[in-house]
Amino acid sequence: MGITQILFWVLSAVALISAIMVLLSKNPVHSVLWLIMVFFAISGHYILLNAQFLAIVNLIVYAGAIMVLFLFVIMLMNLNTTTEPQKNLWLKLTGAVAGGCFMMMFVSLVRQAGDMQAKTAQVTDGNIGLIKNLGKALFSDYVVPFEISSVLFLSAMVGAVVIGKKA
Amino acid sequence: MILLSFDWMLAVEKLILIAVIILASLGIALYTTFAERKVAAILQDRRGPNRAGPFGLLQPLADGLKLFFKEDLIPNNSNKFLFILGPALAMTAALMTCAVVPFGDKAEVFGRTVTLQIADVNIGILYVFAVVSLGVYGIMIGGWASNNKFSLIAALRGASQAISYELAMGLSLIAVLMITGTLQLGEIVKQQMSGQWNIVYQPLGFLIFFICALAECNRTPFDLPEAENELNFGYHQEYSSMKMGFYLFAEYVNMIISSAVMATLFFGGYDLPFLDESTLPVNIAAIIGVATLLTKIVIFLFVFMWIRWTIPRFRYDQLMNLGWKKMIPLALANMLLTGAVILWLGK
Repeated sequence: MGITQILFWVLSAVALISAIMVLLSKNPVHSVLWLIMVFFAISGHYILLNAQFLAIVNLIVYAGAIMVLFLFVIMLMNLNTTTEPQKNLWLKLTGAVAGGCFMMMFVSLVRQAGDMQAKTAQVTDGNIGLIKNLGKALFSDYVVPFEISSVLFLSAMVGAVVIGKKA
Repeated sequence: MILLSFDWMLAVEKLILIAVIILASLGIALYTTFAERKVAAILQDRRGPNRAGPFGLLQPLADGLKLFFKEDLIPNNSNKFLFILGPALAMTAALMTCAVVPFGDKAEVFGRTVTLQIADVNIGILYVFAVVSLGVYGIMIGGWASNNKFSLIAALRGASQAISYELAMGLSLIAVLMITGTLQLGEIVKQQMSGQWNIVYQPLGFLIFFICALAECNRTPFDLPEAENELNFGYHQEYSSMKMGFYLFAEYVNMIISSAVMATLFFGGYDLPFLDESTLPVNIAAIIGVATLLTKIVIFLFVFMWIRWTIPRFRYDQLMNLGWKKMIPLALANMLLTGAVILWLGK
């Protein structure tokens, strides 16, 4: 077992345990903190694949920005275990079983998909995730979707400003 | 020593480097608190601390010891785990940034060539940016877990201030990137060594970055999260003993690291002007490089303190207006101008 494999298993374990803790924590603030752990573990996976740009952008956008907003909202709403409505146990169990079935179906679909056949992950030697190659791909092959998504962001920004002005 | 097809000497070398850099940052931070009081004293025509040791040089040690020996109180209604996690996160985030700062070029120790940088990653600047954006958590978690309204308000102020000024900071960094064409901090320094310092091309960008760094470090005139006359003491009001010491200390570590980043990005990093380092022996050049960077850091730290003891703090709405309505448009204009000039010169 190489060092990459050891890191892979450790990171996967951290990601899964933290993801389960997100669901199991009674305190919503703890859930947010566990979710940040999940993002860190996933960024670790990206680094193993030598996708440094994706790893760091995942941290900046999700852990650094979106989760801060989540924390803001949760802290100001002052949620705690006594005021939070608790679903009954059977409902939770049904949810878990249904979600598990959906995940099994999803995994088998992905495994059989034509795009995934005979592909292996490029561990540590792949360089498509480096910022130079990613930038070239985004601004040459995928320039139209890229620009369209930027227009989408712009409209979201304008929308936020309009809503902010109304209040 | 090769085990698991991995050069463990590299790990040892990096661990030693990490330990040295962290200890050095903490040591410098210790004496920055002393320097802060001395600078304040000079600017206010006082003597400053002069009792402990010669010229009061042992004062920071006495302060540290005092903090350690104080009773460590944890409020009854606080969230205990998060209450302890808060200062720990603040300190960790402050120290993590130094991983990508190049403190010198290379040194030769026992026949090994050691790069004086913990990790010259492909995405150095973005790494700095990510860690800065994580720094908010220490303040927010600490303020919320204290279960005190003053702390919570201060924490929210601190977080929204950090988020607002991060944007302008990122935009001013983009202009630097356009000129250097790389995100690697080591490479950026090398370019400045062979050419001009980036401050020549980016004076406005540097100004924006500097103001944002003041805001990110919660320094005057942006020290609203700890405005003692309206929020009692700010987000660390409920903290005592070394936990409060950690928060105060993290601020100084942040100042040191942001000085190092500013020196690296805009002032040539470890480059001593008018000296060709490549003609010197490797180790001498390394020592000169580290000393040069430290000098630049000390100069920046003095400017930080000078500002603190000269300028009063902003009101909260003034702070937000400055951040969103002045700094961000200015940073955008700087970015567009830089892009236009680069296109015009056809570089």
